[in-house]
Amino acid sequence: MAIRIEAHNLHKTFGSTRAVNGVSLEVHEGEAYGLVGPDGAGKTTTMRLLVGALTSEEGSVHIDGHDLRTRTEQARARVGYLAQRFSLYTDLTVAENIQFFGEVRGVVGPAFVARAAELLQFVGLAGFEQRLAGLLSGGMKQKLGLACALIHRPGVLLLDEPSGGVDPVTRQDFWQLIIRLLTDEGLAVIVSTPYMDEAVRCNRIGFMYGGQVLVEGPPRELTARLDGRVLEVVARPGMTARQVCLENAEVEDAVVFGDRLHLRLGERYARREGDQQHPDLASLVLRLSQALEAEGVRVARLRPIAPGLEDVFISLLQQQGEAR
Amino acid sequence: MRLLSLIRKEFIQIVRDPRTLAMTFAMPVMQLLLLGYAATSDVRNLPMAVLDQDKSPASRELLDAYRVADYYRMRFDVLSEADLRKLIDQGAARVGMIIPRGYGDTIAAGQTAQVAFVIDGSDPTVAGTALSAAQLIGQAKSTRLAVAQMEQRGQGGAFRALIDVRTQVWYNPDLESAYYMVPALIGMILQFLATLLTSTSIVRERERGTIEQLIVTPIRPWELIVGKLTPYVIIAFIDTMEILLAGILLFGIPINGSLPLLLVLTALFLVTTLGIGLFISTISNTQQEAVISSMFTILPSIFLSGLFFPLEAMPVVLQTVSYVVPLRYFLIVVRGIVLKGVGLEILWKEVMALSLFGLVIMGAAALRFRKRLD
Repeated sequence: MAIRIEAHNLHKTFGSTRAVNGVSLEVHEGEAYGLVGPDGAGKTTTMRLLVGALTSEEGSVHIDGHDLRTRTEQARARVGYLAQRFSLYTDLTVAENIQFFGEVRGVVGPAFVARAAELLQFVGLAGFEQRLAGLLSGGMKQKLGLACALIHRPGVLLLDEPSGGVDPVTRQDFWQLIIRLLTDEGLAVIVSTPYMDEAVRCNRIGFMYGGQVLVEGPPRELTARLDGRVLEVVARPGMTARQVCLENAEVEDAVVFGDRLHLRLGERYARREGDQQHPDLASLVLRLSQALEAEGVRVARLRPIAPGLEDVFISLLQQQGEAR
Repeated sequence: MRLLSLIRKEFIQIVRDPRTLAMTFAMPVMQLLLLGYAATSDVRNLPMAVLDQDKSPASRELLDAYRVADYYRMRFDVLSEADLRKLIDQGAARVGMIIPRGYGDTIAAGQTAQVAFVIDGSDPTVAGTALSAAQLIGQAKSTRLAVAQMEQRGQGGAFRALIDVRTQVWYNPDLESAYYMVPALIGMILQFLATLLTSTSIVRERERGTIEQLIVTPIRPWELIVGKLTPYVIIAFIDTMEILLAGILLFGIPINGSLPLLLVLTALFLVTTLGIGLFISTISNTQQEAVISSMFTILPSIFLSGLFFPLEAMPVVLQTVSYVVPLRYFLIVVRGIVLKGVGLEILWKEVMALSLFGLVIMGAAALRFRKRLD
């Protein structure tokens, strides 16, 4: 698969803050890349560097082979960008917004009419052409933004936190659209998001923290790092359960997810390729449940589970914190 | 308590925008200085051109009488009426005096000598005062001369006026205020409109975040600038035509000069005010900042352009500042074309000044204008 966007060693400093500190990535045709990380990790700055809204102090960005620095306009002509903040004209109608961005991108005449109709149909805004963009709901604004970003058939689509303030059903709709774009139009998509359930939909994920991509890979590959090392506990009272578990030296961390507790076990429990589970795991589970009951905790569930991306990223963040 | 929290929050927000805060405190001082020193309807130091054809001790004595009065400042000694006319056309001289050959002899003979006093009537307030002052000074001189002659010749001679100041008002003989103010309004309105509208319209894109979407399109920076400015140029021209039409229909203002030239030079002036607006947009992050910065340039422009108050009567410092006010030059141009009917042969200096200012401010704005977020 052809590389559509390639960034090498991006740097951006604001005052004394190194917002982006040596980010490199490449995304291929038909691939969705998730840029994941906590707020302030440098995701938005990276997106802006990739699209040329900010200029990198070092390194380079190539979009469909065009150097963003030297062939800026050619490179930009290949990118569609949906900013984090709604950045269309609220005092123009849906149709006027699409027309403006079409004209600015050189999409005019019959080609525009066909493309606009296709996109409005695609994002589900057909019939809303005459509504002022400012009067659309959050999800519809997002879809209008997507339509405007796609009007010129870009090769690369950058979506900066597209799910902010959008309900789960709309988010689901939105992802259906993106999946169709990946398969039907061969786009390369980069999505930044703080949400793991969104990240997991991507073909590959880069986890950003402190302006750097700490790890990168398909979601399954990333979660494999913790295979065999996560136990799920459902017990009451939850806070006592957490304390009791943390007293066990084998438990590195206990993180609360709603009514559940995820225990991360030490490195030695890691499951190797083809293994079932660590031989000591059964006895550890037994010891934990005895300790919990001794403290009067009622245990409803205590079992090994497949790790999620959250578990992986929380452990990564802790490693970073300890490294500092 | 809730009220206090609201007040406190508001103050915190105000302090977080130090530039606007500084301007809100500087504004009263600026207005005070402008209104205190610039807003004077006193008539002083009107530049005067003198054509002394007599060159006698008597003529010099008469000129001295005018010189000691605060109203006029002898700036030019000319040799012909044509030169005198040109200086007044240019606006370099606001009044002119012609003392004919034989003036001294006529007075010595006890006859009435006529002198001509010409005044640029574009500004009727100034002209009115200057006119009566000219007559008063002439009469006073005349009386003193008559008394001296009577003393020399002893009692008995009939008292007669020795000097007859014949006044002539040029360009606006009826001293109509509207003739002076209405053309100048074009300048004032364009200054307001162009600076305010352009600065806020560009900042609005930044404030609403739409600039981010524009930046990533292949639009070139100059296209963005021209595209944003063009609608306001058109609006400004419609306004210009509106004022001219209203001036002609309602006030009967004659357009003595060339209308096409007026429109071309209006466009030139517009370049300078749009440039100021564009420049302000590059240093402002919010529309509020842009509005306050615009007001900060508009107020001095209006006070220091000679729109309402004659520049000659202002302190030298303010007069010096007025040289960087483009409106000052445009007012000379618009009043020159409409009232005096003059053309480029007279106005070329103002045109040069406007072009230079336009070039500098547009250049500075274009250099600062980045199609980027940083």
